[in-house]
Amino acid sequence: MARTVWDSTVGKKTVMAVSGLVMLLYLVAHMIGNLKIYFGAEEFNRYAHWLRTLGEPIMHYEWTLWLVRVVLVVAVVAHAVSAYQLSRRDIKARPSKYVHKKARASYATRTMRWGGIILGLFIVWHILDLTTGTVHTGGFEAGKPYQNVVDTFSTWYGNVIYLVAMLALGLHIRHGFWSAAQTLGAGSRTRDRALKTVANVLALLLTAGFIAVPVGVMTGVVS
Amino acid sequence: MKLTLRVWRQKNAGADGAMSTYEVDGISPDMSFLEMLDTLNEELILKGEDPVAFDHDCREGICGACSLVINGDAHGPERTTTCQLHMRSFSDGDTIDIEPWRASAFPVVKDLVVDRSSFDRIIQAGGYVSVPTGAAPEAHATPVPKPDADFAFEHAECIGCGACVAACPNGAAMLFTSAKINHLNVLPQGAPERETRVLDMVAQMDEEGFGGCTLAGECATACPKGIPLMSITSMNKEWLRATRKVAKR
Amino acid sequence: MTSYADYTTGAPVTDTKAPGGPINERWDTRRFEAKLVNPANRRKQTVIVVGTGLAGGSAGATLAEQGYHVVQFCYQDSPRRAHSIAAQGGINAAKNYRNDGDSIHRLFYDTVKGGDFRSRESNVHRLAQISVEIIDQCVAQGVPFAREYGGLLDTRSFGGVQVSRTFYARGQTGQQLLLGAYQALSRQIAAGTIEMHARTEMLDLIVVDGRARGIVARDLVTGKIDTYFADAVVLATGGYGNVFYLSTNAMNSNATAVWRAHRRGAYFANPCFTQIHPTCIPRTGDHQSKLTLMSESLRNDGRIWVPKRKGDDRPPNEIPEDERDYYLERIYPSFGNLVPRDIASRAAKNVCDEGRGVGPGGQGVYLDFADAIARMGREAVEAKYGNLFDMYQRITDEDPYRVPMRIYPAVHYTMGGLWVDYDLQTTVPGLFAIGEANFSDHGANRLGASALMQGLADGYFVLPATINDYLARNPHKDEVDTSHPQVQEVLAETEDRLNLLLSVDGDRTPDSFHRQIGELMWEFCGMARTESGLRKALESLPAIREEFWRRIKVPGTGEEFNQSLEKANRIVDYLELAELMCLDALHRSESCGGHFREESQTADGEAERRDDRFSYAAAWEFTGTGEAPALHKEDLVFEYVHPTQRSYA
Repeated sequence: MARTVWDSTVGKKTVMAVSGLVMLLYLVAHMIGNLKIYFGAEEFNRYAHWLRTLGEPIMHYEWTLWLVRVVLVVAVVAHAVSAYQLSRRDIKARPSKYVHKKARASYATRTMRWGGIILGLFIVWHILDLTTGTVHTGGFEAGKPYQNVVDTFSTWYGNVIYLVAMLALGLHIRHGFWSAAQTLGAGSRTRDRALKTVANVLALLLTAGFIAVPVGVMTGVVS
Repeated sequence: MKLTLRVWRQKNAGADGAMSTYEVDGISPDMSFLEMLDTLNEELILKGEDPVAFDHDCREGICGACSLVINGDAHGPERTTTCQLHMRSFSDGDTIDIEPWRASAFPVVKDLVVDRSSFDRIIQAGGYVSVPTGAAPEAHATPVPKPDADFAFEHAECIGCGACVAACPNGAAMLFTSAKINHLNVLPQGAPERETRVLDMVAQMDEEGFGGCTLAGECATACPKGIPLMSITSMNKEWLRATRKVAKR
Repeated sequence: MTSYADYTTGAPVTDTKAPGGPINERWDTRRFEAKLVNPANRRKQTVIVVGTGLAGGSAGATLAEQGYHVVQFCYQDSPRRAHSIAAQGGINAAKNYRNDGDSIHRLFYDTVKGGDFRSRESNVHRLAQISVEIIDQCVAQGVPFAREYGGLLDTRSFGGVQVSRTFYARGQTGQQLLLGAYQALSRQIAAGTIEMHARTEMLDLIVVDGRARGIVARDLVTGKIDTYFADAVVLATGGYGNVFYLSTNAMNSNATAVWRAHRRGAYFANPCFTQIHPTCIPRTGDHQSKLTLMSESLRNDGRIWVPKRKGDDRPPNEIPEDERDYYLERIYPSFGNLVPRDIASRAAKNVCDEGRGVGPGGQGVYLDFADAIARMGREAVEAKYGNLFDMYQRITDEDPYRVPMRIYPAVHYTMGGLWVDYDLQTTVPGLFAIGEANFSDHGANRLGASALMQGLADGYFVLPATINDYLARNPHKDEVDTSHPQVQEVLAETEDRLNLLLSVDGDRTPDSFHRQIGELMWEFCGMARTESGLRKALESLPAIREEFWRRIKVPGTGEEFNQSLEKANRIVDYLELAELMCLDALHRSESCGGHFREESQTADGEAERRDDRFSYAAAWEFTGTGEAPALHKEDLVFEYVHPTQRSYA
C-alpha cells in the first residue's frame, strides 16, 4: 500500500495533504502558545518549560517534545520531498509554455511553490534563531525564550523575515487547506463554501496570531 | 473584419516550430473560428503555401477533435469548443494568437494538431465495464437512483478534447480521468471493477507523463462541457478507498 | 460511346441468406443454420473492420470477444470521435416498458411503413427483434440513459410515432452509445485482441481470387501507404451525405471506402435515397462549411411559418398574425407541424422557391415559440428545449425566446449504401457492410431514432453471428502478401492516384470543387428531382471531373500529414458517386420516401409511389469510370405489411 501511495501522483498529494494537516494542527497550538507572551516573561517562560515536562511522569523530561519534533520533521520532509518531486514532474509535463501569456489561477495557487520554499527557509532560520540560538543576535539564553523573542524582534531584519514568512504562511494555508480537503476526497459541492470559509478563517487567524508577537515587541507592549 | 493571425507552424513532430503571421480580410462575424481558418487555408493553397493543419470533424461541439489555444485560452474566450466559437467574439483589427495544446503527453503532430492517444490508453486501462456482448441482464433488472444516473451522465458528457490538459499549468489529465471514473464508479454496473478501475486508470495517467494536480481549477474553467472541478475530489476519494480496500485483500 | 445514362439491366440480384418460414423465426433459423468456427481456430483468423462508429465499434469489440484477431481502422485521431457521436435524439427499442401497445411487430410495421415500402421485411423484423437486446447491452456497459425517479429507464415518443419507445440520454444519445462501444473496443485493445490503427484511412479494397482479402490504407501522419490482409473485411464507414458538401455529417465523413469497394465489385443499392432533415440551422453565407441539426422534437411545440407576401423583409415580430402563412397547418390540418421529415422539408423548399423564405438569401422559414411560451410559460419551454435554444443562440447570435428561430432543411442521412444480403455480406465474398454504409433496413426513408438502433444491431448482434458462417465455409488457406499481382495492382493504382493529385498543380482548391459538386447535387438531386434536372446534372458531372483533373491544386507531398491531399482524394470518389446517385434518381421515376420526383405526385402535390414498377431495390454494378453501370433489381416481397399510399392531409 505504501508503495502504491508513494508511486502515484494522487498518492503523493495525499502525503502532502496529511503532512500539511499535521503541521497545521501543530501551528494552531504553537500560535496559541505564542500569545502567552502578552502575559509577561514569567508565564511565557513557564509555559516553555512545561512543554518539556509534558507527559510526565510517564514520559521523561523532553521526551514528548522530542516526539513532537520527530513527527514534525517527518511531516516537513515528507511534505517537501513530495512537493519537490511533484513539481519536477509538473514542469516536465508542460515543457513548452504558451507564446500568448495569460495571468492564471488565483494568487494562492500560483504562490504555493514559492511560498513553500520561503516557509522552508524560514523554518531553518527560525530554529537556528530561537531553538538552537546559532544565529541569534543579542545573546541567546536557553530557558529564557521571552527575552530571546524580544531580542529577535528588536532587529529590523528579524521582523521583516518573520512578517514575510507569516504572509506566505497565510496564503499557503488558504489554498493548502482547501486543496488538502479535495485531495483527501472530503470536498463536495454542498461543502465547498464551508471548506473555503474555514480555510480563509484559519489562514487569517494563524497569520494574525503569529504576527501579533512581533507587533507586540515593535509597539513596546512586549519588551 | 480584418484580422492578424499569429499561428504556430511546425512541419512535423521532430521539427522546430515558430509563430507565423498572416493577415485575413473579409471575415464575417457569423463565421465560426474554423471557417475563418478555412478562409486562410484556401488563400494559402492558391498561393502555393502549406495550409495550416488543425484537427476538426463534427463542427457541432461533440466529437472533441478541435483543439486550439486561442489567445492563451483553450478553445478561446467562450466556454465552448473551438468549432462553436464564432468570429463575433472578436473585433475588427484584432491580433489573434493560435497555438496547439501544450503538454508533453500531447506531442505536436503538425502545426496545431497534437497526438492525444494517451487519453485512449487511459481509457484502455480500465475505463469500461467488462460485459461481453450478449452477457447483459434485462435492462430493468437493476434500477439506478435518478441522482446517481444524473451524476453519471454529467461526467459521461466529457468529449475527450483535452482542453483540461491544455489549460492546466501542470499538464495534468486529472479532470479527464476523473470524469470517466466517476461516470462508471457511481453506477451499479461499474461496481465490480470499481477499485481496479480507479487504480489502473490513475496509474496509466501517471505513466503517460501527465503532471499532478495542484487544484488550480484551470481545467474546469476551460472544459467546454462543464465537468466540475469537484470531479477530481470524487476521484481522489475513490482512489483512497480503493487503495485501502485492495491493501486489505 | 454510349452515355452514362444508358444503363443496362443485368440479372436480378437475390438475397439467398434469409430463410423462409414465419418472419419471427427467421433470425433464429439463420443463426442455427450458420456454421460456426471452432473457438481455437478463431484467433488464427483476421477480420479487418474499417470505421469505429456505432456499427464498427460494436462489431470490432464483439468479434474480438469471440476470439477473432481484429485489425481496426479509423481516420480520426481516436476511435471515440466517429460521427455517430453527434446523434441527438435517441434509440428505438420495442421494450414496451410503457405498456402502451408497443411490440416487436409494431416497431417492424412502423419501420417498413416509414421506409415507404422499399426495405426488406426479413431484415426489418430482425432489427425490431434485436432492438430490445441493444438496450440491455448498453445499460450493462454503463450507458447513462435518462431515468425516472423510480430508477427505471425513461422513454419518449419521437418522430410522430404513437408509442413511447425512444430511449435517450438528454440530447446526446449518440455520444453515450458511441462511448459505450468505444469503451468495449478499448477493453479489447488493452487485451491485445484488437490492433487499432487510428489516423489511418482506407483507400482501396484488396480482392484476390474473387474474395475480399484486405485493404490499402494510408497513415495520415506519415503518409505511408500500406497493405493489410485479412480473412474478411467489414466496412462500417458511414453514409455519403457529404457528397452534398453542406450536410450535417462530420467534415471528414466520406464515401471513399464504400465507393472503392463498389469499384471492386460490390453493388451499390438505392444511392438516390437520401434523407433531408427539416430542422437545421440555415446557412449564413458562402463561408458555411457544414450545417447543424436541431432535434426535430422542436416541432412538437414550435409553429412553422413564412410571410404571406413575397419579399416581405420586415422583422418577424412586426409581421401581423393575418399576414403570416402557417403553411404546414394550412396544408396538413390534421398533422400540422408534425408531418414526416420529408414532407416538412419539401414544403419549406416550396415556400422558399416562391420567394417567401426568410433570413439571408431567403433560405429559411420561421419556427416560432411565441405561442408555446404564452401557453406553457417561458420556464416550461426552457426546461424542455433549453439546450437546443442555447445552441441556436450560440450559432446565430439570436435569442429564440424573443425572435422566432430560422430553420431550413439539410442533408442528414443516406438510406442507400452497399447492397448486402441478410448476412450483411456484399456481392464481393468476404466483404461485409454494416451501419449506414449498407442499404439494408430503412428503405426509402429512415424513422427518427432508428439509425442508432440499426448501427448497434448490425455491430453487436447481426454481423458477429453471420460472419462466422463465411469464415467457417472459407477456412483460412492461402496466405496473400504484397507480392501478389492483384495486390500490386491495387497498390500501384492508389499510389498513382495520389501522385497524380499532387502533380496537377492547377489553380483550384479541393474545397472549391467539393462545393461545386455539392451545389449541383443540392439543386438537381436534392429535395425535389426532375428528369430534366437530373439529366442536366449527369451532363455536368463528367465536365467537372475533367476540369478537376486539369485544375486541382494540392500543396505539399504525399509523405507527410497533408489534409488537402485527403480532401482531394475523397472528391475523386464523390465525382463518381454523384453520377450514380443522379442516375438512380433518374431511373426511379416514382416518388417514395426521401426521393421525390416532381413528375410523380398526386393532384394535391403529394408523393406518389409506383409499386407496380418500382417495388425493388436497385443494386448497381460498376463497369468503369463514366461508363454506364448495370442495374440488378432485387424484388421486394411484402407478406406481412401491405403497401399503402401514405396520407397526412
